[in-house]
Amino acid sequence: MLLIVDHVTLYRYDRPVRGVVQSHRMTPSRFDGQKVLDWAVTVSGGTLGSEFRDGAGDWVQGWTVKGPVTEIEVRVRGKVQTTDLAGVLRGHRETAPPEAYLRETDATAADAAIRDLAACVAGAENELAGAHALSEAVAAAIAYQPGSTKAHTTAAEALAQGEGVCQDHAQVLISAARVAGIPARYVSGYLQSGADGSSHEAAHAWGELYVAGLGWIGFDPANGCCPDDRYIRLGSGLDAQDAAPIRGVSRGQGSEVLAVTVAVQLQEQ
Amino acid sequence: MTPYFNEMFQDGAVRKPYAGLEPWSAGMPADRRLAKQAEAEALFRRIGITFAVYGEGGDPDRLIPFDMFPRVFTAAEWAKLERGIKQRARALNAFLVDVYGRGEIVRAGRIPGRLVYQNEAYEKAVCGFTPPKGVYSHIVGVDIVRTGPGDFYVLEDNCRTPSGVSYMLESREMMMRMFPALFRENRIEPIDSYPERLRRTLASVAPVKCERDPTVVILTPGHFNSAYYEHSFLADLMGVELVEGQDLFVDGAFVYMRTTEGPKRVDVIYRRIDDAYIDPLCFRPDSMLGIPGLMDVYRSGGVSICSAPGAGVADDKAVYTYVPEMVRFYLGEEPILKNVPTWKCSDPSDLKHVTENLGELVVKEVHGSGGYGMLVGPKSTKAQIEEFRALILADPSNYIAQPTLALSTTPTFVEEGIAPRHVDLRPYCLVGERIELVPGGLTRVALREGSLVVNSSQGGGVKDTWVLAE
Repeated sequence: MLLIVDHVTLYRYDRPVRGVVQSHRMTPSRFDGQKVLDWAVTVSGGTLGSEFRDGAGDWVQGWTVKGPVTEIEVRVRGKVQTTDLAGVLRGHRETAPPEAYLRETDATAADAAIRDLAACVAGAENELAGAHALSEAVAAAIAYQPGSTKAHTTAAEALAQGEGVCQDHAQVLISAARVAGIPARYVSGYLQSGADGSSHEAAHAWGELYVAGLGWIGFDPANGCCPDDRYIRLGSGLDAQDAAPIRGVSRGQGSEVLAVTVAVQLQEQ
Repeated sequence: MTPYFNEMFQDGAVRKPYAGLEPWSAGMPADRRLAKQAEAEALFRRIGITFAVYGEGGDPDRLIPFDMFPRVFTAAEWAKLERGIKQRARALNAFLVDVYGRGEIVRAGRIPGRLVYQNEAYEKAVCGFTPPKGVYSHIVGVDIVRTGPGDFYVLEDNCRTPSGVSYMLESREMMMRMFPALFRENRIEPIDSYPERLRRTLASVAPVKCERDPTVVILTPGHFNSAYYEHSFLADLMGVELVEGQDLFVDGAFVYMRTTEGPKRVDVIYRRIDDAYIDPLCFRPDSMLGIPGLMDVYRSGGVSICSAPGAGVADDKAVYTYVPEMVRFYLGEEPILKNVPTWKCSDPSDLKHVTENLGELVVKEVHGSGGYGMLVGPKSTKAQIEEFRALILADPSNYIAQPTLALSTTPTFVEEGIAPRHVDLRPYCLVGERIELVPGGLTRVALREGSLVVNSSQGGGVKDTWVLAE
């Protein structure tokens, strides 16, 4: 598929801030399932500083904006040719060892309920089947309900309340997978869904599990599938915060208001 | 009673290295000793060298006790120690480059991947990045104890930011002021080149994008930190700026320091702040001590951070048991310094041995430091042992155990006169373009009679450490 992305994140400060520093993971991953035809990240008034590919294979960009500013616009526009690989992250170069993704974080710490959920992996006939079973179990345990959780809701909290969004599905999935001894990570990206391309899932997240012999495989419990050619993969981490497309801080007293619009559209061919 | 090795007296005779100290100590009347001790304390108080002591109550800025009786090594003893320490520092750095790169030592099955990659100190953020000159740990503090004339054991390695070097330098300074004659009568190797050597070491690992004489700074968490004195002391002696996180900022691809003449680019940061706090965009988002964006600049070669983020995985107490294996694997040599035999409570058969022999063992937390959270079996009550047993069983992988070593003693001034007290040694090995070591280190002494815990946070003191010239 040929997917067109237009993603705008607007930061507004009620008082001018002296400066802003951000770290971005906003460039599509390089692997056999996606080919970038055109991609540009811009930050209004910003200077692009450091750029590098990290050990997880993500392209990281550091930006700084000199103040005083009251508004910053981060805009991503691009075109990506995608191929359905049934979730398999084929041809992705990385140096981080899969075992490093067995470590739990505050947001993905397992409680008794998550350990119970993970038990289905042991009953499966092989690891891959176990991973599928786990993804289905997570989907069944957490109903999709926008606004029911916050950015800092942990996996255990989301599972306890039984509702959440893609971030919660992904964090519960990776937390349970790690309990079962399967290296797992949080992935952020885009999803083309809905006719107008502007669904609330356009900025999306899912999980990746490391299955020996196959490598990293994506699982999206929120949509009950493995990522296909409607997905664009950006970057990964141990949890939502670690994989965030934008991490940033501002210097100054101004408090921040965020406005985000994302559109992922299918280009007519 | 265990026959402890006394470094000065053997079979009623004075060992050769201490020959020069014999008449000095024997001829010192009690009133002169007390006067000198008071003088030393006043000097330390005036220069402000203090060490915060946690968990003991009282004055957090109390003086670390200084004992005037020097600890002495011969040139030959030191030559062996120096070779062993440098060997270890090389192996530890090779290990760090490897486990953030191809992980050959894990692939070869010489150390379990779990211990390395699932370690809290393993930083995924620096995978695939090799710091300048392939050095992660630029100052390796190796804690060494002695049990006999030629028997030295490494207790632990400190690869992050070992503290205490200011005490090594100040103790020497103090002795030279108070007893100048001793330094004329004995041929003692000087150690005052340490700050300049440290500066050169740091400058030698300037980042790839630095094309000029590198600007080095020391990054401190601030004056409330227990080692703040040391941070400012070293900055002074090295002639570099002492900065806090708020004094530095990222602009574009570099890090700058605010100065009265405007921003100045910084090339090498000797940080005395833990990984978790150095950059809220990469590690803990709530950190107020760090520099936002620092890690992005670091990983793209715009600045060097010493020790390199991630270095802590090499000095973890569970990884420690594999250091001799690292020496063999990376250097193809036999380790010169021995490890203390260690039982890992994460291993069921080791755990069984440990819980059955708690009364004879020293048990430590894997990530513990400063002498906290440890059990010295032979010095503990039944109740203390039982309390610790419950802790170990609740979380076995958090503990390791070692035999109680018969730490050597050296003569020490105590209230009644001179008496043997247990000591250890922490030399500071510098690793940059070259590997070097000033002849000496910090000798810590357990001032309480019979105590084997030398940590300054547990009532330990310090001594001047002499290495005699050939």
